[in-house]
Amino acid sequence: MRGLGTNRKHLRDYLAAYLFLFPSLIIGITFVVIPIITIIPLSLTNWDLITGRRTFIGFENYFYLFQQPRFFKSIINTFYFAGVKVTLDLILSLFFAVLLNKAISGVKIFRIAFFSPVVTSTVAVAMVWIWLFDPSLGPFNQILQFFGLRPLKWLYDPRWAMPSLILFSLWKGLGYDILIFLAGLQSIPQELIEAAMVDGADSWRTFRYITLPLLSPVIYFVVLIGTINAFKIFEQVSVMTPGGGPLYSTGVIVYYIYELAFQSGALGRAAAASVILFGMVLALNMVQRKVGRKYVVAE
Amino acid sequence: MWLRNKWTVIIYLILAIGALCMVFPFVWMVLSAFKTERDVWAYPPRWIPSEWRLENFVEVFKIIPLGRYFINSIFVTTAITIGQVGCSILAAYALARLVFPLKSIIELVVMATLIMPFTVLVIPTFIIVYKLGWVDTYQGLIVPFLFNGFSIFFLKQFFSTIPKDLEDAARIDGCSYLGILRHVIIPNARPAIGTITLFTFLTEWREYMWPLIVINSARMRTLPIGLKYFIGEAGSEYHLLMAASLLSTLPVLLVYILAERQFVRSITFTGLKG
Repeated sequence: MRGLGTNRKHLRDYLAAYLFLFPSLIIGITFVVIPIITIIPLSLTNWDLITGRRTFIGFENYFYLFQQPRFFKSIINTFYFAGVKVTLDLILSLFFAVLLNKAISGVKIFRIAFFSPVVTSTVAVAMVWIWLFDPSLGPFNQILQFFGLRPLKWLYDPRWAMPSLILFSLWKGLGYDILIFLAGLQSIPQELIEAAMVDGADSWRTFRYITLPLLSPVIYFVVLIGTINAFKIFEQVSVMTPGGGPLYSTGVIVYYIYELAFQSGALGRAAAASVILFGMVLALNMVQRKVGRKYVVAE
Repeated sequence: MWLRNKWTVIIYLILAIGALCMVFPFVWMVLSAFKTERDVWAYPPRWIPSEWRLENFVEVFKIIPLGRYFINSIFVTTAITIGQVGCSILAAYALARLVFPLKSIIELVVMATLIMPFTVLVIPTFIIVYKLGWVDTYQGLIVPFLFNGFSIFFLKQFFSTIPKDLEDAARIDGCSYLGILRHVIIPNARPAIGTITLFTFLTEWREYMWPLIVINSARMRTLPIGLKYFIGEAGSEYHLLMAASLLSTLPVLLVYILAERQFVRSITFTGLKG
């Protein structure tokens, strides 16, 4: 008798579980699982958005991509953006977080100042920066000239377009990492710092040998997430340098995929480029995991 | 003591310079939103408007349907947030508390979706939306985002920490599954649900790539997409761009400054757990 009751309870559990999971399952399968399964087969077809043509063509899309100088350029641009942005971001955000952690009062005001760019939508603030960067009407050149420096063409110069985008992205994202580091710094037990100070360690040594190792999981997190996000950069490129900038100097891989799919209609080729992007993200993830295991001090 | 004071001054000085750099674009935006066209073209650039022109804001509404963009954005973002958090609460409860066949496989699939960035899946997702006939529709903007592996995972982790005794007591009192969810789980998980709600709202409010792809007609544009096209249409009429930018960032900034604590918690919490 008791066994039957338990069985019924189990059945009720099953039924309830699947009813609760139903909405997420159906949407997740349709819009996430099916895309994951179909992206590779899709990249082996010449699916065309405009003509509706669609046949299996093997690896031709990949061969096509590897013959395109623009494709290589987009990969180089992506690495350029990610490398410079993540490095500068790490240094600056850690620096400001340490200072903020030392500040006694007024922390909230500084936090608001640093974090405001993060909460605003990229397009809305990119509009402002387009003007700031304007070679003749913008204040940046005025400031450069004030210090006796040569004015720049910023977004219109193939050499400076990417650094300009990086500068904007740093401004936009810095506050996020500062907050993450600040939370990390505040979770370090104060006694450890004090003990080191009592033992005669100066500020720099305390930072180098106590704070930094204890902060290593947070640093690892910031670098990992920062790099993955940098690989996916699209919005500022599309808004500030439509067409991929002068001489395609800001055309990153996601922008290249977007152009292929929604301006040329070549969905098959775009899918192939997406697969390559995913391969890059995955490889990066694995490298960083290896490095992480070596240097991150376990909590 | 003197040494300490000196360092404090230096720290505050550096922080102030940093903060000034961060705030500068906002200051420029606010000042310039009131400038006349002559001020925009002035050389060297004029910082303070020669006269404060409120008409810029009226003119923006004449050129682009900013109100429509706002309503679209509010509708789409609210629908996604409520739908996604609702679906995720249900799924997270099942995964955290119930025992059922194929549970570990479903859990594995949810985790697997976390490493797959949406950017990579844009093309096949677009094809599905296209085949459903959802291009240029609200459902095309909303439905694909109602599932989110991170939201489910995040809530599941939190639900698992709620003591089981509470639930057993409610069950003895004759509570149904939905009753337990409503009277035990949700009240005890309020901070986590609040965090994920705010986080989802913020993310979806700023969503750019998907609406850019799915929306063709002007009346369906969300705020970021409307502004993007406005940049092309306004050309060098920077004062109008600044007015539009101010109008669209002000609400978010105000909410942020008023609810700063919740914002910070939401970001650091989800950030560290992510």
